[in-house]
Amino acid sequence: MTAPHLTLTGVHTKIGAYHILHGVDLVVPRGQLTMLLGRNGAGKTTTLRTIMGLWTASAGRIEFDGKDITHLSTPEIANLNIAYVPETMGIFGDLSVKENMLLAARGAQHIGDIDDTRLQWIFSLFPAVEKFWLYPAGKLSGGQKQMLAVARAIVEPREMLIIDEPSKGLAPAIVNNMIHAFAELKASGVTILLVEQNISFAKQLGDHVAVMDNGRVIHTGTMQALADNNKLQHELLGLSI
Amino acid sequence: MNESKKKFDLDWAPLMLVPLLALAVLPVIGSGSTWLTLTVAGLAMGMIIFIIASGLTLVFGLMDVLNFGHGVFIALGAFVATSVLGAMGDWTGSQQLWRNLVAVFPAMLIAMLVAGAVGLAFERFIVRPVYGQHLKQILITMGGMIIGEELIKVIWGPQQIPLPMPEGMRGAILIGDAAIEKFRLLAVVIGLAVFAALAWTLTRTKIGLLIRAGVQDREMVESLGYRIKRLFVGVFVVGSALAGLGGVMWGMYQQSVIPQMGAQVNVLIFIVIIVGGLGSTGGALIGALLVGLMANYTGFLAPKVALFSNIALMAAVLLWRPQGLYPIGNR
Repeated sequence: MTAPHLTLTGVHTKIGAYHILHGVDLVVPRGQLTMLLGRNGAGKTTTLRTIMGLWTASAGRIEFDGKDITHLSTPEIANLNIAYVPETMGIFGDLSVKENMLLAARGAQHIGDIDDTRLQWIFSLFPAVEKFWLYPAGKLSGGQKQMLAVARAIVEPREMLIIDEPSKGLAPAIVNNMIHAFAELKASGVTILLVEQNISFAKQLGDHVAVMDNGRVIHTGTMQALADNNKLQHELLGLSI
Repeated sequence: MNESKKKFDLDWAPLMLVPLLALAVLPVIGSGSTWLTLTVAGLAMGMIIFIIASGLTLVFGLMDVLNFGHGVFIALGAFVATSVLGAMGDWTGSQQLWRNLVAVFPAMLIAMLVAGAVGLAFERFIVRPVYGQHLKQILITMGGMIIGEELIKVIWGPQQIPLPMPEGMRGAILIGDAAIEKFRLLAVVIGLAVFAALAWTLTRTKIGLLIRAGVQDREMVESLGYRIKRLFVGVFVVGSALAGLGGVMWGMYQQSVIPQMGAQVNVLIFIVIIVGGLGSTGGALIGALLVGLMANYTGFLAPKVALFSNIALMAAVLLWRPQGLYPIGNR
């Protein structure tokens, strides 16, 4: 495994009266794609939100590039060059697709300030973004919104992408586009942490895997090793990949 | 391309309510000249209420803050104007309009600066400790308004202070038999200028884009790396300054000011932002015009139900569109 880019050590998160994460230990290697798997309610989304500072860890430590980010605010964490796509996609429905993209480009005041080559690359990955450029994002279909959410996350080069269920509700053809996009991003050296329920998607892309249950990471290893071990898959996930 | 996906279509139905209301009362009023006078008065009143309410609706939309103390900035702006205009008696007493404007515009500017500065302190010491706690927000901001009113009494005294309109702005322009007060036309022009400036900022600048996005989903704006609390402070200060400007105009409209004037207007501005859709500037404009027109028409036709009429208007709008005329997405 390459050097860790993101490390969680004994992270606990409480939301009101509920104790959700019970000491999460997770290492995300630099430049690789790590899948976070687990049954519903295992704590995957809470882990991502805690990394982003949207919920504060009540105990434990989160390090990014060796720097303690446990108590940084969400904008401070995002400004470490981390892009986050929540499960809800976080699309601004009353803004156009273009305005959504402009907002995500922190360094740009106008759309012309965005690197055109990168924009064309995004259009080639997600044609719907170009097709509906001037349309209200709220009128896009679920799959198109998902594409916009990922396109927004990569509108500028980022060191790390944290994405919650990118393939949720997508048609198979669009899932293939998404797989192609993540493969290209991975090849460019971006570190990616994905929560995913689509096991086929996970198997095609993942270098590493962490499986969660009851607010803890209960298994880590390579994706290939998990994919090759039916017994382990049943034991951890209750299904076979 | 999926034909069901239209580019931004203006939702005309709420917009049409304003001319529909105006035309609906024309036969009831009977006289065309009276109707025109009342309509211009209603639009002028609506524009002043819009100036006051525009900041409040953004403050609620952006940070979910219920600021019941907004009225204190109205009163503060009006009282500052009495001092500034009082010191410029030679200019306000002139028959020449340009000399009046030379006095009125600095009064408005100073009122906005003072209200904005007090707004900055209000946000820091009163609002910030109670983010996310609605009940505490209501109680503490109302408390802040009471303290503000008492401080106004300490500085300017508890009595009613006249705020006479400058000489050149008095009187009316005759259009047929209808008398249109000059000041009301000025109020409409200033209201339109404020709306144009807000609309330009919100749609043509990155700051405006951030405000619009923040009203929809502030958590996502923060996840994109923007410090929305700083943005909120800016919006709060601008909203307070606009309330100060609205206070100057409201005071000149009433030709006198009292420390409790903010509390009196508070009810109207909350009706406006609820009718318009919380967080919607365009909705606040339509809501304010409806409230202004309704107040003037019912004040003429049935004065005893004037206040009730705006409550009824709010109820009718909410029965039609429960989230207001222009609801904000994702809320």
